[in-house]
Amino acid sequence: MSLLTPTIRPSVVARLNPVAKLAVALTVSCALLLSIDWVSAGVALLLEAVLLLWCGLSARQFWLRTAPVWIAAPMASITTILYGEDSGTLLWQFGFISVTEGSVQLGLAIGLRVLAIGLPGIVLLATTDPTDLADGLAQVLRLPSRFVLGGLAGLRLVGMFIEDWQSLTLARRARGVGDGGGVRGAARRFFGPAFSLLVISVRRGSKLATAMEARGFGSDEPRTWARPSRVGAADAVLVGIGFAIAGIAIGVAVSAEAWSFILA
Amino acid sequence: MPPSSSFTPARDPQIRAVQIRARNWGWRHAGRHNQAVSGLDLQIEPGERVLLLGASGAGKSTLVHALAGVLGDAEDGDETGSLLVDGRRAAEARGRVGLVLQDPDSQVVLARVGDDVAFGCENLAVPRAEIWPRVRRALAEVGLNLPLDHPTGGLSGGQKQRLALAGVLAMQPGLLLLDEPTANLDPGGVIDVRDAVVRSLDHSEATLVVIEHRVEVWQDVVDRVIVLDPAGGVLADGATREILSSQGERLAQAGVWVPALPPRFPTRHPISHRQALLSAEALAVGRVPFGRRTASVVAEGITLDVCAGTATVVTGPNGAGKSTLALTLAGLLAPAGGTLRASDSFAAGIKPAPHRWRSKQLLTRIGTVFQDPEHQFLAASVRDDLLIGPRALGLSVAEQNIRVDELMHRLRLDHLADANPFTLSGGEKRRMSVATVLATRPRLLVLDEPTFGQDSRTWQELVTFLAELLDEGTALVAVTHDAQFVSALADEEYRLGTPDPIRLPAGAL
Repeated sequence: MSLLTPTIRPSVVARLNPVAKLAVALTVSCALLLSIDWVSAGVALLLEAVLLLWCGLSARQFWLRTAPVWIAAPMASITTILYGEDSGTLLWQFGFISVTEGSVQLGLAIGLRVLAIGLPGIVLLATTDPTDLADGLAQVLRLPSRFVLGGLAGLRLVGMFIEDWQSLTLARRARGVGDGGGVRGAARRFFGPAFSLLVISVRRGSKLATAMEARGFGSDEPRTWARPSRVGAADAVLVGIGFAIAGIAIGVAVSAEAWSFILA
Repeated sequence: MPPSSSFTPARDPQIRAVQIRARNWGWRHAGRHNQAVSGLDLQIEPGERVLLLGASGAGKSTLVHALAGVLGDAEDGDETGSLLVDGRRAAEARGRVGLVLQDPDSQVVLARVGDDVAFGCENLAVPRAEIWPRVRRALAEVGLNLPLDHPTGGLSGGQKQRLALAGVLAMQPGLLLLDEPTANLDPGGVIDVRDAVVRSLDHSEATLVVIEHRVEVWQDVVDRVIVLDPAGGVLADGATREILSSQGERLAQAGVWVPALPPRFPTRHPISHRQALLSAEALAVGRVPFGRRTASVVAEGITLDVCAGTATVVTGPNGAGKSTLALTLAGLLAPAGGTLRASDSFAAGIKPAPHRWRSKQLLTRIGTVFQDPEHQFLAASVRDDLLIGPRALGLSVAEQNIRVDELMHRLRLDHLADANPFTLSGGEKRRMSVATVLATRPRLLVLDEPTFGQDSRTWQELVTFLAELLDEGTALVAVTHDAQFVSALADEEYRLGTPDPIRLPAGAL
């Protein structure tokens, strides 16, 4: 189990083309970014919650992966309620802090938005193998293979960062500069290995580039793909669902007269 | 071009062996004063198997990179003369040449075994239906019996090198180039990779050019040896046995491991009474994985004494926990179980558990030389880096300079005082990493694979130097796969990974 070969349980979502998943995440995000009202975000979140039951993640995986969003959403919400632009009835005041009807609505809208945009994005990517995503980006979206495969190969080096970092910190302890020195010492202990890590990574990257070039990568000749990335009916249905969520969310918000177009 | 008649024709009709021709060829890397290669005249016939030798800096790697077409263009250096692969410029012979490099970690491209082998075929626009049969055949040839979706991340060094070889073989090259493919492997991995190459050549009869310091590994595989002259051109060229006997002495001096001329073992002067510095009892070792709280134990039940003036070597298969044991003895990792105590004279007034010592308290007690020298470099020049330890000890400036100058002289680093440690050669980096540790004169030296990938000259210097330190009373713990290193220095061997880890005097092996 690692960053590049995640253990993905076989599920309906896991079999879908990563590009279709990306399209859904982007569609919902774009639709929700057009307005800042709580109705559209709430409706989208409700519809997504139903679909997340089929996402193929275990409960533990789901909460672990989405934890950042669950922390970020209330934070964003509370900050906006306390410090956001005031309008409507004043509900509570303490020094600079003022809570009004308008700021509460705004806070709620932002909190729900973070969840409605963040959750599907994380869940869809958690069920996607990076190699499959690269195949999809290059074959379905026709992004340049040099860029896509270069990025994928580079991603592999990230896993080595952790090992290098551990060795670098042990080596600093062995060389007598592993502790002491107060805040400045602590800063040196962070930036010192960070620089070494950068040097080591750049060199490893250039060696990897040579190895790839030696295997015929990086020329302008056409290349073939060993793994086909196909878009089928199921993917079309998924994209359709994405548009439906976006459409229903906007429709309900408009009819409830809550929609406030950000460019208006 | 038809294969020359003196060699059996290719069994696979699709693969034609490649011919190489160099006419007064030379290359100078951009920004360098000296030519990497100059005045090279050379002809290698299709199907020949060549071992390329020469002192470090003779331009072996440059030549091989040029043949693989990865040296770059006019921006990356100046080319003179001509270097032709099957009558075409090497850079235009795309797909005819396959290259395997030294570092196992920086050649894996994709996350799954099958995908990684298929990568080269895809780039050469091999039709999909043909790719997967080629991938399976290549994996079988190199003896990697793994499922196609097996993750590449957890493979051993030897497996990664065979994976890289399979990726190259799947491209069906007419020329196979190997740039020190086994230098970073343990003895088992070396044999696995060598045998995989031999097996693949039985199938394709491609031309082979291999660079390798350890002649022993390849001498029965190749039929010709070419020695490059650091001053330019070819120093010697001919049948393997002939060249090794006529040039053996000269090659050995240049750092090549010539089987008939093994390095000399230093004479040891063992000290008479055993004085234990560290004692491990039922010690368990392990690292704390990223994001966890408790260590996962890799070896346990270890009972041993580390004594002054005594070399203890830790041996055993990959993954047995040798490095983890070394780092624990070095006071860098906390024991995962059991006890590790320093003797009163060694602790000299501080707590007996080495992992509780402060970083500075370690300096005069235990010095650690890491497997990858780059991990322990801290400053931008060799001299500044060597000064870090003595400065941390609070020595006087005069004393700091005396120690560092003496060490640089003793380890032949004087001329590199202002060089950036990261730009040194492999042998220089190793000597430098030993010097950084010795500058604070620790009573115990812990080394992790000190002779890994070193040429015979650096090996000889290192072993002689360590023997001197032992005679002066320094204790030594070394993790190693190197049987010659064990024979040359070990007083005690601790073998890990056997059902019952055994401790035995080195003579009993």
